[in-house]
Amino acid sequence: MNNEKIVTLSHGSGGKKTSSLIDEIFKKHFENPLFTADDGAVIPLPSGKKLVMSTDGFIVSPSFFPGGDIGKLSICGTVNDIACMGATPLYLTASFIIEEGFLISDLERIVSSMEETAKYCNINIIAGDTKVTEKGKSDGIFITTTGFGVIDKETNPSGSRASEGDSVIITGDIGRHGAAILVSRNDFSLSSEIKSDCAPLCHSIRALLSAVPDTHVIRDCTRGGTGTVLFEIARQSDVGIRIERDKLPVSSEVNGICSLLGFDPLYLACEGRAVVIVKKEDEERALSALRSVNGSEGACVIGRVVNENKGIVTALTTLGTEVFIPEPGNELLPRIC
Amino acid sequence: MNDMLKKASEKLRNYNGKKVRIMEVCGTHTHEIMRLGIRKLLSENIELISGPGCPVCVTDEAFIEKAIFLSQEMRCTILSFGDLLRVPGGGKSLLLARAEGAKVEIVYSAIDSVKYAKAHPDEDCVFLSIGFETTVPGNLLAVKKAKELSLSNFSMLSAMKTMPGAYRLMARSTDAFLYPGHVCAITGTKELEELCKNGVSGVVSGFSPEELLSSILFCVDGLSKEKTFFKNLYPRVVTEEGSIEAKRLIAEMTVPFDSKWRGIGVIKDSGLALSNEYSFFDAEKRYEIPAFNERRETACRCGDVLTGRITPHDCPLFRKACTPENPVGACMVSSEGACSAYYDYGEIR
Repeated sequence: MNNEKIVTLSHGSGGKKTSSLIDEIFKKHFENPLFTADDGAVIPLPSGKKLVMSTDGFIVSPSFFPGGDIGKLSICGTVNDIACMGATPLYLTASFIIEEGFLISDLERIVSSMEETAKYCNINIIAGDTKVTEKGKSDGIFITTTGFGVIDKETNPSGSRASEGDSVIITGDIGRHGAAILVSRNDFSLSSEIKSDCAPLCHSIRALLSAVPDTHVIRDCTRGGTGTVLFEIARQSDVGIRIERDKLPVSSEVNGICSLLGFDPLYLACEGRAVVIVKKEDEERALSALRSVNGSEGACVIGRVVNENKGIVTALTTLGTEVFIPEPGNELLPRIC
Repeated sequence: MNDMLKKASEKLRNYNGKKVRIMEVCGTHTHEIMRLGIRKLLSENIELISGPGCPVCVTDEAFIEKAIFLSQEMRCTILSFGDLLRVPGGGKSLLLARAEGAKVEIVYSAIDSVKYAKAHPDEDCVFLSIGFETTVPGNLLAVKKAKELSLSNFSMLSAMKTMPGAYRLMARSTDAFLYPGHVCAITGTKELEELCKNGVSGVVSGFSPEELLSSILFCVDGLSKEKTFFKNLYPRVVTEEGSIEAKRLIAEMTVPFDSKWRGIGVIKDSGLALSNEYSFFDAEKRYEIPAFNERRETACRCGDVLTGRITPHDCPLFRKACTPENPVGACMVSSEGACSAYYDYGEIR
């Protein structure tokens, strides 16, 4: 089966196969001193300041979903990447690929939601590009945004700075974006009030970094969900992460959908949540800073960084036993029964 | 942890009677037992083994090959439960067939496949009907609906199975069964009481931590008394009669046949095919499908895993050649499969 070299959906799921695509294809040809496997990079400027640049493509279907739309998502995604690198987002460019036949009124709804979100984030959209494909050659609308920000404070959050004893915090309940998209695709006859968590994190992170400049890690959970982010941090920092299942904030609607389809909420996408790791003694300050900002009121501690099981995430169960949590990897396939 | 859980876990940890083996038949049980780390709680004299209760895992390789043939050679649209898509068959999977251009759609219930066929009259739609007594009635209702709508572009490739034959086959591998709660909700418990009279012990178990621990505890207590036992410990869902309506539907619309279970072999009367009245919707009858009998030899020991002879750790391919990204055997595919559950939650040693 491995000899069939074609791109499959798993290559885009943000898990192992995505990494191998980056390593084996992109890195091989793009290798240079500033190249990262992430979607954002830090560029040192002659002035001594640091410029942060990040880019992201958005192909969500449907374009409109409860709690947001592809426009809001395209701003939040890139703003959140920049903010999680400890930078203040400043400017954005946006590129649109639109399928012939797309309603102008829908386009305007999307663009106006981009405007509103950008305002909320205090950023300006300064350039863009538009391409239209023949009908059937793309699907509705695809948006790519590229953002710029500057690091103006002495902060250095990084996926490789988690260390033993640190507290692992999540900024709110998990999995709502993934669940909202599943429900709004209308594939199951489910109706639910569930709303995407899609939101900018820049204000929350600013408050956090003011209160705890020495925040060790900030990572936003995106399509791979919280589980993928925890595994990335455990590997980059060469530590173990032990979460407590009972402390994971999951709404009852998300739990319901997960048990129906056999999904783990740790692997449902979030678009307005971040994993934050701070020293134990900074825990309370970090929590109260986060809780003071709209969108991260639900911040809570979900676990701890440990010195065992390096590179792995484990969970303490309701029964007090410790198990691995599933590794990130494949796109979610709902089970039978 | 509440008091009930605390007491039960203490008893199970401190058990020092004779060695007992208990088989959980249901894939959802396997998954929950691993997710909750229940094995880690147990005294070493209590062994839990995983049985053949994951419908994806026991679906024969030839079934996947037939589905791929229908999608690629006959240009049919395949409608399937999601987790069947990654199962390897004939060196391929439906997921790969889809990436190569075949039309493969995920559905969440059988009735959705009928809705799809109605909405796409120019496509020949084939629903992959797998599952045990829990899923079968829904699949059959979909066929009924297709008949009502006189849908000529809908058919069903069936690998539907029933459990009782498997209990009898597995009875020698275990001291007691945790019977599958959802299947029993349909079948009722009469047959299990019969099995008990023939020396086969077991309890019907639910799926919560409380239900699982109390079911295991009941088995351990029962086995130490050296008397065959049966008890329905999931009475809020399972009755003696089961679902009369679902059973009537199965009797009316299907005929049993000797079905092949992946890794296990043929079990008498354990398959369900559509009866004559509904054979118009049987994909095997509608299309000329080759037999796909040729077996490729691999070191995969799914069969031994499914029959409780080994745990996934004992398979030479586990975590090496066989992973969820590149599954060799079906047990690694479904989240209900024993290998996949061991891979995902493998208890900390």
